[in-house]
Amino acid sequence: MWANMPLLAEIPLFPPTASAQAGPIDALYWFLVAVSGAMTLLIFACIILFAWKYRRREGVEPVQIEGSTKLELTWSILPFLVMLVMFAWGAQLYFAAQQPPNNAMEVFVTGKQWMWKIQYPDGGREINELHVPVGQPVKLTMASEDVIHSFSIPAFRVRHDVIPGRYNSLWFTPTKPGRYHIFCTEYCGNQHAGMIGWVDVLDQRAYANWSSGGGTQGTLAEQGEKLFQQFGCSTCHLLDQQGRCPMLRGLYNKPVQLNDGRTVLADDAYIRESILDPNAKVVTGFEPNVMPEFKGQVSEENVIQLIGFIKSLSPQTPASQQGPQQRPVVIAPRAAAAGNTQTQQQPQGR
Amino acid sequence: MATPADAAPEIETSQVNYLNVEHGWKSWLLTTDHKRIAILYLISITIMFFVGGAAAVAFRINLLEPEGIFSPETYNRLFSMHGIIMVFFFLVPSIPATLANFLIPIMVGAKDLAFPRINLLSWYLYILGAALTMYAVLRGGVDTGWTFYTPYSSTYSNSYVLAAAFGVFTAGFSSILTGLNFIVTVHKMRAPGMTWGRLPLFVWSNYATGLIQVLGTPVLAIVLLLLAFERIAHVGIFDPNIGGDPILFQHLFWFYSHPAVYIMILPGMGVISEIISCFSRKRVFGYNFVAFSSMAIAVLSFVVWGHHMFVTGESMYTSLSFSILSFLVAVPSAIKVFNWTATMYKGSVSFDTPMLYAFGFIGLFTIGGLTGLFLATLATDVATHGTYFIVAHFHYVMVGGMVMAFMGGIHYWWPKMTGRMYSEGWSKFSALIVFVGFNLTFFPQFVLGYMGMPRRYHAYPPEFQMLNVLSTAGASILAVGYLLPMVYLLWSLKYGPKAGNNPWNAAGLEWQIASPPTTFNFDETPVVTEEAYNYGPVEEVIG
Repeated sequence: MWANMPLLAEIPLFPPTASAQAGPIDALYWFLVAVSGAMTLLIFACIILFAWKYRRREGVEPVQIEGSTKLELTWSILPFLVMLVMFAWGAQLYFAAQQPPNNAMEVFVTGKQWMWKIQYPDGGREINELHVPVGQPVKLTMASEDVIHSFSIPAFRVRHDVIPGRYNSLWFTPTKPGRYHIFCTEYCGNQHAGMIGWVDVLDQRAYANWSSGGGTQGTLAEQGEKLFQQFGCSTCHLLDQQGRCPMLRGLYNKPVQLNDGRTVLADDAYIRESILDPNAKVVTGFEPNVMPEFKGQVSEENVIQLIGFIKSLSPQTPASQQGPQQRPVVIAPRAAAAGNTQTQQQPQGR
Repeated sequence: MATPADAAPEIETSQVNYLNVEHGWKSWLLTTDHKRIAILYLISITIMFFVGGAAAVAFRINLLEPEGIFSPETYNRLFSMHGIIMVFFFLVPSIPATLANFLIPIMVGAKDLAFPRINLLSWYLYILGAALTMYAVLRGGVDTGWTFYTPYSSTYSNSYVLAAAFGVFTAGFSSILTGLNFIVTVHKMRAPGMTWGRLPLFVWSNYATGLIQVLGTPVLAIVLLLLAFERIAHVGIFDPNIGGDPILFQHLFWFYSHPAVYIMILPGMGVISEIISCFSRKRVFGYNFVAFSSMAIAVLSFVVWGHHMFVTGESMYTSLSFSILSFLVAVPSAIKVFNWTATMYKGSVSFDTPMLYAFGFIGLFTIGGLTGLFLATLATDVATHGTYFIVAHFHYVMVGGMVMAFMGGIHYWWPKMTGRMYSEGWSKFSALIVFVGFNLTFFPQFVLGYMGMPRRYHAYPPEFQMLNVLSTAGASILAVGYLLPMVYLLWSLKYGPKAGNNPWNAAGLEWQIASPPTTFNFDETPVVTEEAYNYGPVEEVIG
């Protein structure tokens, strides 16, 4: 009878395993399934056994039992020890998921009601489609134009909320060519269920063919450079000498000294904030209220292009190779230069 | 004063009880009798349960087809209404406002709660809150989900967010007042000889619940007010476009709403302790540990909220702390399950309807609790966050746990509350239907969740259809299981045989008084000389 129901065999009951991190997470998942399954069976077996063996019968009186501290301690401590294994195992994988490798390819994702906009470093752009080469670690830097979204690829077992007002990131290494779902998993309004896309994992050759069709408007950095001129940034942020505003060459991923004494790293999040809300963190020696706020003037995608441009002004040094022990970049402002002979800062990369 | 205490049992002759002592709608709407208020609450939350349940049936029908049957607007309003009503207007008040309201004064040997008028006020606040929320529903509904996440709820949603939020805000005060009343009653109104060590475990669990209600609910009120400020006056609190932080909302919301899931389960655990003991004819195994575990849950519930935010980008070390604390809160829950099971050991177990619900509770709560470990584990939480895995997990705890306990409790104390007995056959049959329907509805959702199907989707990729159809089929069976008791319980009010004062032959103060009780419960203040579960002297100590 069941042989006539091919449907049953065709129902998928488990997601594809298509990234390097999916396997280890599945292993932990099956460990949890095994432990919970065993515990469920144990409890069910005890209940059925006791309910049957001690069912109410004429003339059989229950035996009143006070309890047992030894048993209580056993069934408190033993399960907790097993839980500690779950905790440590889960924490280890979670930590790994927060540390993208140095050679990760960077792709930018902007979520907005109700689509995913993808930008590649070579300037290519797509909507609801993400193309990645097999075997290549990929880091997604994600922003939201409106509400909270959550970017998830079940086949890769990765997920991160995409929260407006900040950058959010995740990374994965695809291992199996194919086409897998992208889902938004944080309710974001009417067409939440329509905010789905596909990630296409291509083998190296197919990827080379695909990406050659890249950006028609130049690379991400070139697009950013155009915006840099268009918004008039270049009048104050001079490229090769100090203007009214800090010079941006060599800035990316370097520590920056602020006028309140703090030192911050000039990463994507800092640069984004400094574009949208320049007075939030003012570089030491510079006046606040010089640069207009770009909040509401530029889209998240524009910001990503501008960051791409600023990044291109620095030598290609992966972020993780630059230690925090570096000395802050000293940016000599023109105003301060009157009594100060200090020249342009040198790139501190080593 | 005229009747001596030892003549109290078998007072079938005295026909005056809390139900017939006064007549007319005024005698109900202005009553300060905790038992009448419990009945008012029971009627109100039952109506809300069926409204919320109808929404669930409707959206389960929508999910029969991958592309959906209703419009997304309709679907989003249905699941939001289902969540808001079921959480704030059914689960939170379910056992505390009905069974505990009825039983706590009797169980501690008092005439009423400490503040009878505040008890009535709490019901009026509940009704006001429910009316505001139903107004939002009738005007076109709210589409934010029960979690009201910002900035969607504060800036983007074009639905009746404010009316619904004020409804929840108001109902919150009714919850605070109930909790406050229980705490004071347990501290100040216990009869002579009713020591803390003799309190029924049902009282312990509702006392712990009261603490959470009083300490946690104000934070919900604050966060909803802030949401209203932002939505009305555009004060930048949560929306980053005007200087706010959307994550702040989640911290405040879950600071209440995680403890709130223990508001929703602790009273159910209390019911199960009572039922298992009565139908095994045994004292509860490890009374002290079961009582203590309720308090441990109440305390720990306040320090685990961050596990709702593992994928928001909170710092790794924050996540680490919340992960280990979430495992820790699983320990007292496990202690309870083990002790209930051990209570049956060498007992005299009967299979009356309340006991069937208790079996169902232990089984389903065990699965619900164990799948919670997947969500306390950081890496597997990331893989399942926001999917149907979560939906299945919390329905196993909230419906498989709390609603089972609520049904079990109603069937256990129905003869005490009404003086009538319901049909044994029908009630056992419907308990079975509920168990089967429940598992068919929610077990497939675990599978769907790990496959990645997101929650709150009105449409989904076709490969998820078969499991969704199974789930909808289960929901229709479950609906029958919930409708049947409505019929035979109401029927029993008129045609059911008289139950007698102690139909289960149970220990416990509530079974020593008349069914239904008189207005002041006891003719004379009882003097308690024994423990709550005195089914015979202790004969054996293990270990």
